[in-house]
Amino acid sequence: MAKTRDVLLDPLFNNNPIALQVLGICSALAVTTKMETSVVMAAAVVFVLSGSNLTVSLLRNLIPTNIRIIVQLTIIASLVIIVDQVLKAYLFDISKQLSVFVGLIITNCIVMGRAEAFAMQNGPTDSLADGLGNGLGYGIVLMVVGAFREVLGSGTFFNQPVLPLAAEGGWYTPNGLMVLAPGAFFLIGLLIWGLRTWKPDQVEKAEA
Amino acid sequence: MQPRSYIVRTVGFATAVCVVCAVLVSSSAVLLRDRQAVNVELDRKKNVLMAAGLLGADESVAAAEVESRFASFEVAAVELASGEEDPAFTVAGYDASRAQTVPATSRAVPGNPAGVTRVANHGLVYKERGPDGALQLVVLPIEGMGLWGKMKGFVALDADLTTIRGLTYYEHKETPGLGGEVDNPRWKQLWPGRQALDADGDLAIEVIRGRAGPVQSDPNRVDGLAGATITSRGVTAMLRFWLGEHGYGPYLAQLKKGGTDG
Repeated sequence: MAKTRDVLLDPLFNNNPIALQVLGICSALAVTTKMETSVVMAAAVVFVLSGSNLTVSLLRNLIPTNIRIIVQLTIIASLVIIVDQVLKAYLFDISKQLSVFVGLIITNCIVMGRAEAFAMQNGPTDSLADGLGNGLGYGIVLMVVGAFREVLGSGTFFNQPVLPLAAEGGWYTPNGLMVLAPGAFFLIGLLIWGLRTWKPDQVEKAEA
Repeated sequence: MQPRSYIVRTVGFATAVCVVCAVLVSSSAVLLRDRQAVNVELDRKKNVLMAAGLLGADESVAAAEVESRFASFEVAAVELASGEEDPAFTVAGYDASRAQTVPATSRAVPGNPAGVTRVANHGLVYKERGPDGALQLVVLPIEGMGLWGKMKGFVALDADLTTIRGLTYYEHKETPGLGGEVDNPRWKQLWPGRQALDADGDLAIEVIRGRAGPVQSDPNRVDGLAGATITSRGVTAMLRFWLGEHGYGPYLAQLKKGGTDG
């Protein structure tokens, strides 16, 4: 089962959906101001991605080719609505902070990209692994960015103070850039730079 | 031209997918609806308590604790134009924000700096009475435009109906770190004790640019939010709107007279 393992682990660093394919950036900017929201968002995407990959893979031989995109979208949208409903029922405060971005998982290119590019061609086990792997690859980036943004932007980690704030008698002045979307852009940029320095084969070839 | 059987299969498959997905989505919505309604209601109670200074911003309390602190409050519907309480009105589940978008349950108001275009015919108020039954505190919902969008919150007034007990926002789109500081507990601490009305009884509360004096010497003014002039103006405008003639002004006047079983 070496292949299934590769399918699962590759998207974490070797073929990360955000860092290498640069997909799903919109929500990565929007929900990463705090660890709490990053983790919940990551979990939601892992669930939707695994669920949609598995379902699409199980149905792949039945789905008529000319309506396959809309069928995939229907499956994804249903899963996302269910996640949204569950969050509103059980994690109300966090769902308020995530606001529209849970719904926008429907349009997250990673989800549909994996359904169309992988699950339509592969069996359920591999597709589930691919969904989990890509979801986790997305989640890792979200959590790294979320950790930096929360610690540097608010001086807290999971809402627990780690850097004493100047305004409350400590020494740390929060970096306002970190709580704004451009801060996440810089962090993701630095992350991609770091990853490509570590794994030089991810660098795109210069255009001739 | 596709073979006929293919078209039948396509339509059949599409129908099956739609039915299955529709069943899943609607059952999740129906099964979780009660729980969600409880959450929304709890959230509203929390925000009323926060405005009243009975719940800290960082304080995480169990639902039962929120209920017990909220127990001393009574909710009433007020007909805003006349200022009369309307005991026949169903308070449970009433959403004034929704009502104000419907022509039948709302009215247009003249242009105002708060950016409010319509108000619902009925607004909710939350009253707390002391052991002797006398009014101690009244919490009113407020909303108006900030820089990026509508800001919604509550203001709590003491029994004299001018002294502000607290102000809180539960929904806004202001810039984090600038206008978003309306959420900041340190800024909210500046509010208790400020006077909505000046000595002549006119609305005078104002969020100024820069620093205001202490409550005793500068009772009508509050420090502005640094780098957020428009948000600060929005706060001033919406307080004056909702405490004024098109908002809860008539109701507050009734309460002051003791007209509405104050």
